[in-house]
Amino acid sequence: MASIFQAVGAATALSSSNSFDSKKFYLSSRKSVSERKGSIFVVRSDGRMNSGRVGKLVTNAVATKADSAAASTASKPGHELLLFEALREGLEEEMDRDPRVCVMGEDVGHYGGSYKVTKGLAPKYGDLRVLDTPIAENSFTGMAIGAAMTGLRPIVEGMNMGFLLLAFNQISNNCGMLHYTSGGQFTIPVVIRGPGGVGRQLGAEHSQRLESYFQSIPGIQMVACSTPYNAKGLMKAAIRSENPVILFEHVLLYNLKERIPDEEYICNLEEAEMVRPGEHITILTYSRMRYHVMQAAKTLVNKGYDPEVIDIRSLKPFDLHTIGNSVKKTHRVLIVEECMRTGGIGASLTAAITENFHDYLDAPIVCLSSQDVPTPYAGTLEEFTIVQPAQIVTAVEQLCQQ
Amino acid sequence: MASSFSAAKITQPLPLNTTNTRSPDNPLFSSFKSAPPASSFLGSTHKLRIQRPASARAQTRSGTVVAVSDVVKEKKLKSNAPTSNLLITKEEGLEVYEDMILGRAFEDMCAQMYYRGKMFGFVHLYNGQEAISSGFIKLLKKEDSVVSTYRDHVHALSKGVPARAVMSELFGKATGCCRGQGGSMHMFSKEHNVLGGFAFIGEGIPVATGAAFTSKYKREVLKEGDCDHVTLAFFGDGTCNNGQFFECLNMAALWKLPIVFVVENNLWAIGMSHLRATSDPQIWKKGPAFGMPGVHVDGMDVLKVREVAKEAIGRARRGEGPTLVECETYRFRGHSLADPDELRDPAEKAHYATRDPITSLKKYMIDNKLASEAELKAIEKKIDEVVEEAVEFAEESPAPSRSQLLENVFADPKGFGIGPDGRYRCEDPKFTEGTAHV
Repeated sequence: MASIFQAVGAATALSSSNSFDSKKFYLSSRKSVSERKGSIFVVRSDGRMNSGRVGKLVTNAVATKADSAAASTASKPGHELLLFEALREGLEEEMDRDPRVCVMGEDVGHYGGSYKVTKGLAPKYGDLRVLDTPIAENSFTGMAIGAAMTGLRPIVEGMNMGFLLLAFNQISNNCGMLHYTSGGQFTIPVVIRGPGGVGRQLGAEHSQRLESYFQSIPGIQMVACSTPYNAKGLMKAAIRSENPVILFEHVLLYNLKERIPDEEYICNLEEAEMVRPGEHITILTYSRMRYHVMQAAKTLVNKGYDPEVIDIRSLKPFDLHTIGNSVKKTHRVLIVEECMRTGGIGASLTAAITENFHDYLDAPIVCLSSQDVPTPYAGTLEEFTIVQPAQIVTAVEQLCQQ
Repeated sequence: MASSFSAAKITQPLPLNTTNTRSPDNPLFSSFKSAPPASSFLGSTHKLRIQRPASARAQTRSGTVVAVSDVVKEKKLKSNAPTSNLLITKEEGLEVYEDMILGRAFEDMCAQMYYRGKMFGFVHLYNGQEAISSGFIKLLKKEDSVVSTYRDHVHALSKGVPARAVMSELFGKATGCCRGQGGSMHMFSKEHNVLGGFAFIGEGIPVATGAAFTSKYKREVLKEGDCDHVTLAFFGDGTCNNGQFFECLNMAALWKLPIVFVVENNLWAIGMSHLRATSDPQIWKKGPAFGMPGVHVDGMDVLKVREVAKEAIGRARRGEGPTLVECETYRFRGHSLADPDELRDPAEKAHYATRDPITSLKKYMIDNKLASEAELKAIEKKIDEVVEEAVEFAEESPAPSRSQLLENVFADPKGFGIGPDGRYRCEDPKFTEGTAHV
């Protein structure tokens, strides 16, 4: 089976693996949309987008800055790749750089990873460095921690982030706390990564928003990637960090295409990314919701608003410097996230901004989160669960009137 | 791949029905005259349980089981024959004796200090099980790793962590082996490769498996050909019904990792009798099920433990894969110092009290003229001083300062993030005073 996938092209392999998981993906839309939009891949861009409710926003879905960047891709230096390939490139560079870097997880080796992030690594580095584990999340995560304590730098792939709930004890008690309880003697340079978020009708268990679960574990750093550029840069930074880092990837962003530099670069794990500077309101977002925000931003710009969009990227700890400077400028904050409403990232961010920058706020912070429900299967219900661009537009309009 | 090596290498322990044939006069342990015959060991447990109506329905252990894997047995038969039939040299005997005395004296002192309000929380003492810690860990090199449970003081001591560092940790002082941040159930020492006490059931086993994976990785990927480090994972009978135990037996055997799974079967998981909790109470039998040798040994007899440990550690060091060793033992105190220990049958406790591993070793050494009474007394006196000194040291040590609170949350202090002023929070001068928010 593995050889079949290795023989075909990346895109085909990706769709094969998805259909294997009985997840219908959006292969056809990928071609049409990603080429047109460059770095901005509009996720819900297939049939549903053109039909009615959110259709109005689609046509204007992309911010000006990104448009101009994407328009001239062909003539620019660098190379173009998909997000999952960027992750792989980062992984590969770090494995070349440091022989202690290794990967373990379910189907990461011969199969190449359920989303092909580790495709081709097992033949290059061998079965020990790219270790196919039995389906035993708790134990192989614990094993990575033991390996990290004794000198290796393992990357644990959760085939789906939700599966890591089975390893929650190891992630919390050992990954997070062990450096502290050992009085600083042992470090756990582990990266835990995998696809998460609400996909397309994957059902409740495969559509988890786990940031809220992990954020209160002491000693764990969390980042969410959203573009091929920052996916690679954050992957490399996470591997080099001495801290245990959870890298959140989003199932619907793996096929995002972008031109990234040929030369080596690495992103700062603690730094937010300014996506679109503006004056009227600060919109804080991360991961897939960045694209819903950018769709809304286009509409808002047409309506005469000038929103500032920040991809917070570092989910723990927050980059309060970038966020604070923006708040001091716009005095209004809208948070857009896919996380759970109760106890989610947005709730923590709201608290942090209130604590640090309350005097600069002209209006209460508004937080648009997804609903506190198990993600439903039905497409319509799933759509209602997460924040849609139209809601963002409305929220901004209301906030700016205050 | 897995099947080929398991078929070739692993000797299956005996089939159940034949185990009786090798009990009391098993030549392996024949020279160990001081201990009661092996048959009384498990058999007695069996009888005790049967008399109690509450446990009558519990599955009984099958008769007398002294199952040492054939691997071990054959080896011993050969090596026993030509030379002396003593199981230990004078030097080894004294070292093990000293270690066991240290474990016992240290734990007794812990109980005193706990009742005097010098230490708090859950404190689990090792009394009665010393033969296992000393029998195994004293055979290790410094580079070898030990992974323990919440009952971890003595494992740390056996591995070489100074008594004063452990005592100070228990007192919650800055000079403790984890700077007062770990406590009784979280003893760590990077210097001595004590990878930790793990307070939840089973969670240490995967970590130990990971350490063993590192040894294999160092040898095969990093080409450190001389890396033959072995990891010991200690855990109890209660853990053997937990998934992580089975998952890790599978992975360790699958990848032939240099690890020894040491089950300290003290028959009780707090108040749950092993016989009431486990469909087949013979834990060692789960080894062969995963393609590794399973060995059952009298865990109240340090010399037997040591023989088995030598073989198992040797196997791991030679790259022949993991071993599961079930050491049958008994704890002389309650589960923790907070446990009134009212459930266990006084007759059962009395029975095992007669099998004190320290008394047995002492008798063996004197009977075989390996040591004089005076020599052993001298060791006891020396250890008393060590433990006294540990208490004094802990008592005099300073409590951790407030500035320590936020240290070591993240290994890379930049992980504390960027503050409102644009600087990393760790650069804030107030940061280590414990006033900065994390």
